[in-house]
Amino acid sequence: MKQSFIRYLPLVLLAIAWEVIARLELVSSSALPPLSEVIIAGIDMIKDGELISNGASSLYRAGAGLALAIIVGGTVGIAMAWWKPIHVLLAPLVEIFYPLPKSALIPVTVIWLGFGDGSKILLIFLGCMLPVTIGAFNGARSSEQALVWSARSMGASRLRMLWDVVVPSAMPELLNGIRTALALSFILLVSSELIVAQKGFGHLIGVLGANGSYDAMYAVVLCVAFLGFAADRIYLQITKRTLAWRD
Amino acid sequence: MAGLNEAMPRGGEPDGPPEKAARFAYTLVWSFARVFSILALAIAWEALARSGVFTPFQLPALSSVLNRIWTDAVYGDLWINTALTLYRALVAFAISAIGGVMIGMAMSRNVIAHWFFDPIVSVGFPMPKIAFLPVVILWLGVYDVSKITIIVIDAIFPVIAATVIAIQGVERELIWSARNMGATNRELLHQVVLPAASPQIMTGLQVALPLSLIVAVVAEMLMGGYGLGGAMMTASRFANSTSVFAGIVEIAVVGYVLVKAMALIRRRLLIWHQEAAAPYTQ
Repeated sequence: MKQSFIRYLPLVLLAIAWEVIARLELVSSSALPPLSEVIIAGIDMIKDGELISNGASSLYRAGAGLALAIIVGGTVGIAMAWWKPIHVLLAPLVEIFYPLPKSALIPVTVIWLGFGDGSKILLIFLGCMLPVTIGAFNGARSSEQALVWSARSMGASRLRMLWDVVVPSAMPELLNGIRTALALSFILLVSSELIVAQKGFGHLIGVLGANGSYDAMYAVVLCVAFLGFAADRIYLQITKRTLAWRD
Repeated sequence: MAGLNEAMPRGGEPDGPPEKAARFAYTLVWSFARVFSILALAIAWEALARSGVFTPFQLPALSSVLNRIWTDAVYGDLWINTALTLYRALVAFAISAIGGVMIGMAMSRNVIAHWFFDPIVSVGFPMPKIAFLPVVILWLGVYDVSKITIIVIDAIFPVIAATVIAIQGVERELIWSARNMGATNRELLHQVVLPAASPQIMTGLQVALPLSLIVAVVAEMLMGGYGLGGAMMTASRFANSTSVFAGIVEIAVVGYVLVKAMALIRRRLLIWHQEAAAPYTQ
């Protein structure tokens, strides 16, 4: 307890510094409202449901896009490692699309699917698919030959081998790719909502900023930042559990 | 990801052809296969756009998109926008690279620096820092300073994290031997620790560079003005979808060139390292 307090003390100090600087009005209070007022504004928004309803629609978009990306990306990656023709066909496409800054797709997904959920889900799906694909591909490709050979000599069918040998050995890198995708999904979600949306965290931040209610805007920003952090930590816990069978 | 293709012929294919002629044929087929799917995609785009399944607004033909890029290039807009986007992304990347390595080094050498930065990095790294964009606009306005600032906020964390982990991972034996031979702290850092840590630091930089570009484009889209992202947003407001698609192609090319250049620099800088000889696995 004491140890983790000392560990996270710098964050507490930063929070105190924020409050003090704002209270002393070293910077204008519209640029930096005191932390306490930000927290109060956040609680108010939770009470009147504004934060919850916008948050729910944001999380739905991120969740749906990410789920699609994991399913499609994972399958494609393992298929690329499993069957050479698929690799030959898809590797060049993966290679040219991987470095594309995914945020460039925001206006296009809007052209295709409009301002609602669909365009965000498509954006997150497209943006997050390739890290998952590459993780799955590298993981499956590096499955130990000895394991593959023993499975084959013990008479495992190709499909059995895929399921029992290749997929488990692809797991660590696949899960790592999904972690990258998780972080990316938050970035894409917030940026697309900031730019064009009718609800969601990013939209809320934009509206509050335009209205000049900066304490509420800060509250939403902190809330999104915290959610991204929490999602990553929860994911790490799940990963640890999933990979407990290793060594 | 640069290694996706190179790894195949080089990486000890178990059923690779041994004969020289066969290997030549193999390379030929392989290089054709590489271009094939990209060509197929381009043709499919053009055919789909002309078939009338989609309106030209939803999917402008590839030829008209290329034509638009050509016009932009002739009138010079393309160069101004590309140069501005590159300038913002690269200046911010350089700041993050230098600042990130310095903070990372300080964290591994100094207890107080470690105590202060460790929780900030471990909480800040997984955060979607792009959410702070409106705050940065509020503080610094909508010009280059705020764009560069938000990019640095996003891109510096992978560099710090990679530097700390890399320096932690330097083999003890190397440090002991250097100490034993009378290296001073400074020599130790410059001649042993930094070179030994450089592959992983480089990996951190390779994460930070594409991130800089992603954030640069978002920042430009939100704040408007010149730049590839800003131009795309303006085009999208005027429902000019040909220009939007042209923007994607332009940004894709910029991204591809930057990532490839970075991989090349890595190979050059780390030519002494054993990874240069090993097949690329990443």
